[in-house]
Amino acid sequence: MEMRVDNLSVARGGVPVLEGVNFTLSAGHVLILRGPNGSGKTTLLRTLAGLQPPIAGHVSADPENITYGAHADGLKATLTVEENLRFWASVHGIDSIDAAVQGFNLTGLTHRPAGNLSAGQKRRLGLARLLVTGRPIWLLDEPTVSLDTASVGLFADAVRAHVAGGGTALIATHIDLGLQAETFDISPYRANGDRATPSPQRDRYADFDEAFT
Amino acid sequence: MSLWEFANPVKFMALSGKVLPWVIGLAALTLIPGLIWGFFFTPEATNFGNSVKIIYIHVPSAMMAINIWVMMLVTSLIWIVRRHHVSVRAAKAAALIGVTMTVIALITGAIWGEPMWGTYWAWDPRLTSFLILFLFYLGYMALWAAIENPDTAADLTSVLCIVGSVFALLSRYAVNFWNQGLHQGASLSMDREEHVANVYYLPLLLCIAGFILLFVALVLIRTRTELRLVRLHRLEIRERMKDA
Amino acid sequence: MIALLVRDMRLAMRAGGGFGLGLAFFLIVSTLVPFGVGPEAAILSRIAPGILWVGALLACLLSLDRIFQLDFEDGSLDLLATAPIPMEGTVAIKALAHWLVTGLPLTLAAPAFGALMNLQSPGHYWIFITLLIGTPALSMIGAFGAALTVGLKRGGLLLSLLVLPLYIPTLIFGAEAATRGTAGLSALTPLLMMAGITAGSIALLPFAAAAALRVNLR
Repeated sequence: MEMRVDNLSVARGGVPVLEGVNFTLSAGHVLILRGPNGSGKTTLLRTLAGLQPPIAGHVSADPENITYGAHADGLKATLTVEENLRFWASVHGIDSIDAAVQGFNLTGLTHRPAGNLSAGQKRRLGLARLLVTGRPIWLLDEPTVSLDTASVGLFADAVRAHVAGGGTALIATHIDLGLQAETFDISPYRANGDRATPSPQRDRYADFDEAFT
Repeated sequence: MSLWEFANPVKFMALSGKVLPWVIGLAALTLIPGLIWGFFFTPEATNFGNSVKIIYIHVPSAMMAINIWVMMLVTSLIWIVRRHHVSVRAAKAAALIGVTMTVIALITGAIWGEPMWGTYWAWDPRLTSFLILFLFYLGYMALWAAIENPDTAADLTSVLCIVGSVFALLSRYAVNFWNQGLHQGASLSMDREEHVANVYYLPLLLCIAGFILLFVALVLIRTRTELRLVRLHRLEIRERMKDA
Repeated sequence: MIALLVRDMRLAMRAGGGFGLGLAFFLIVSTLVPFGVGPEAAILSRIAPGILWVGALLACLLSLDRIFQLDFEDGSLDLLATAPIPMEGTVAIKALAHWLVTGLPLTLAAPAFGALMNLQSPGHYWIFITLLIGTPALSMIGAFGAALTVGLKRGGLLLSLLVLPLYIPTLIFGAEAATRGTAGLSALTPLLMMAGITAGSIALLPFAAAAALRVNLR
């Protein structure tokens, strides 16, 4: 599964943050997304995941093939680890959660309510959810927050297994995961606030600017 | 050249700036003589006395209260379908004028109702419908006020306006069913032609025209303000992005 | 979709008082009204259907903000939006879960609470029937309101302000049908009108609510 991104422009709060983004995420490869805080990494990932429309450009992958892992894990504190995973598995039509449980070393925790887990354990459970979606393209936003070194290793293993099986992953992170991966820096694509430079992507917004000059 | 070009903020700002003084002038030219004629140069009605003259405010404001909601529905639909910023800003601009008209209609109705029916308020279908319309205006404006991002607010309020219109219409029928008009609602309008004779009718028409023109003037002014506010919001975000 | 329903029901029960709170509120309203209007049996039995309807409506309103808010805050809504379930289906299921947790218990309890207000014999039957048909509309309209206000920090009061006017037609026809039925008059017209509102709400509002949710997730 491959995802090609052509000339993509994304906006936050009605204002473009990234313009003309181009990259390809090819099967069997991992791409590390880098950029300073507030540069639009989350906005880009949410746009790719289909949660918000781009203001210009094209994404070749169907959102049906993409799963998005955000800062928030979407876990329910009153449900057990197993119930949380089973829910997402059945939403995605997957029968078994065993691989996910073992892959993130949750075996001893399956009957604990998610609310009783430590921050790192919750994060592991959140990442284990990726394995029960059965989707080939992973878009991950800072997946290693609150993970210890051993858990980061588990996560890296999971990513390796995923791409070995023909999947692909785009990961926004600041730490070295020890993965064989290329790095994609979004800084050059940041939309500059200066509207003196006309840009065809900004047509929808430009008429607003002209009205007041 | 299509009509939609005027929905472009540039065209709108330029055109509305030119048209506005004329509309204000026309509104003054119709409304002021209309009201003076109606208040001072019409005879007292035999059975109602001077209180009947409140129709020169009551009837036009009541008409506008409904028409403005319809206009908001149309402009909201245009925003949903064609994404014209001017359209949805005009809806927002009209809401405050609409709710003011509704309040004026309710208050003048109460003032008139006391000598007419001996009560300030009755759960008459027509009165009740206006109270419900008032609640819909309140909800619509509250939603605008609660959301910071102008585009999100525009989308959500437009959806609310469309759904709200359906339910407002349902409420109108429900209220009619619930209380089959114990009062003769017709006395509030022009249906009773034997009473609203020509002497009253002509100044009333002038007042209605005046209210419409007044609304157009106000909505143009407020839409221009709203467009500037969106512009301000955009500039603020840009500044924040530059700092980041 | 069934998995989503099961999960929501499970969450409602484990949160402690998913069923209980709305019912307790309804009971309190039914208790307070006689204190307010006096203990005269004739007056109470005349206003009982209307009071039960208003009480059920307010009890329904209490829990509306929970339909999407918690899922929005913990990120579940993002994941549901990207899941293979259409957003309209998610909305409909969540409204159904809300109805099962609040509307249905209220409907079942209303005839019993009617006794507190001297509700006369056919009235128990009518209040049950009208609430059974009407409360799904309340949940669905409420889910639409909740979808509009989900991104807001303090959306609770605003939600009431938006939803209450939308409840007016359902309330009028529902209470009217219950009152007429209790008085032994024909209640068919208001009953059909209310059923129409319920059917229309279930058929159309999921689309409006899903559109609002998508806007709020952007």
